[in-house]
Amino acid sequence: MQSSATRDFIVGLFVLAGLLAVAYLSTVLGGLSYRGDGSFRLVAIFDDIGGLSQRSPVKIAGVKVGQVAEIALDEDLRARVALDLDARLELPVDSSAAIRTAGLLGDQFVSLEPGAEDELLAPGEFFTYTESALSLDKLVGRLVHGDAFGDE
Amino acid sequence: MSGTPLQRLGRNASEWIEALGQVMAFAGAIASAIVRPPLRGRRLLREIYDAGVLSIALICGAGFAVGMVLGLQGYTTLVRFGAQESLGAVVGLVLIRELGPVVTGLLVIGRAGSATTAEIGAMVSTQQLDGLRMMSIDPLHFVVMPKALALLFVMPLLSSLFTVFGVFGGYVIGVQLVGLDGGSYMASLENAVDFRDDVLQSLVKATVFGALLGVISTYRGYRSPPHAAGVSRSTTSAVVTASVWLLLTDYLITAFWGV
Repeated sequence: MQSSATRDFIVGLFVLAGLLAVAYLSTVLGGLSYRGDGSFRLVAIFDDIGGLSQRSPVKIAGVKVGQVAEIALDEDLRARVALDLDARLELPVDSSAAIRTAGLLGDQFVSLEPGAEDELLAPGEFFTYTESALSLDKLVGRLVHGDAFGDE
Repeated sequence: MSGTPLQRLGRNASEWIEALGQVMAFAGAIASAIVRPPLRGRRLLREIYDAGVLSIALICGAGFAVGMVLGLQGYTTLVRFGAQESLGAVVGLVLIRELGPVVTGLLVIGRAGSATTAEIGAMVSTQQLDGLRMMSIDPLHFVVMPKALALLFVMPLLSSLFTVFGVFGGYVIGVQLVGLDGGSYMASLENAVDFRDDVLQSLVKATVFGALLGVISTYRGYRSPPHAAGVSRSTTSAVVTASVWLLLTDYLITAFWGV
């Protein structure tokens, strides 16, 4: 048995290590900070969001820049998706948002395509151009029922 | 054993309920001992050292091994669907939500819980608790409470250490051995894990398990028959009861958390 002071020190070390593990899990992995001050919100309206869900990533050119904060139905029955984005991001007003799938069957995410205008999107504004989710079963359905080009 | 089968069933059921009530009363007594003034800080530190510090090597090693297994098993399954990029999410979620608290709980039961029961049981059989009572020191306050509280306190810390080492073990397999991209392992992990749904659930589970195994292992020791065979039976029964209750509670918490 060590002396009591040594033991106290080791217990302190243990508690510190445990708390560090808790902190690592909550902040780095749990993403506690992402919804903090370093983000701003933009809104995109989609006809069909497919399997998109809260916390789905938002990417530009494949790099994660934010996440889906909220999904709701707006008045004309379309999907209203709020995106929390990195505050350092500067997006032109004619940027577009599209729902894409990682791989053939992977998770869905929002992909942003920056536009060319000089004017920038301000927090809370809407994306003008959006592209809905491409659903594999719909495509297969069209193929099977003959109208492969989607003209109804 | 006499009476009709139905009578025996009834008797067994009421005995079981009575035993459950006694454990509850014991837990209540421990809870009230925690808030009663003398904090027993020195005893508590000693118990934290015994239950927590001495378990670190076991917990970290086990966590690392479990993470490596998850990494390998997860990879061989995911690669069939071409979804090996999600390995980080699989390893992380399984560890944080389930295996972290549960395996840590089972290991702590085996290492510290059984020692607690055996120690208190030996004190009962050598009448040390009666000696304390004679000096008008409440053994529940002096012996039992620090042990139970220490188990409650160390469980979330050990479980988090287990999880972090498990994530690291999965990383070593996924990135070093199988050759996935390290960035995509961590990215899929960070995308999938949420604080409230996953990390908080993990901490709540670990804390509840700590309380559970603290109460059960001290109770079994405290009520141990005062002879060698009795102490050994109590220790076995503490390990079995605590393990079963831990797994049942795990299901309940998972179900009520809302998946």
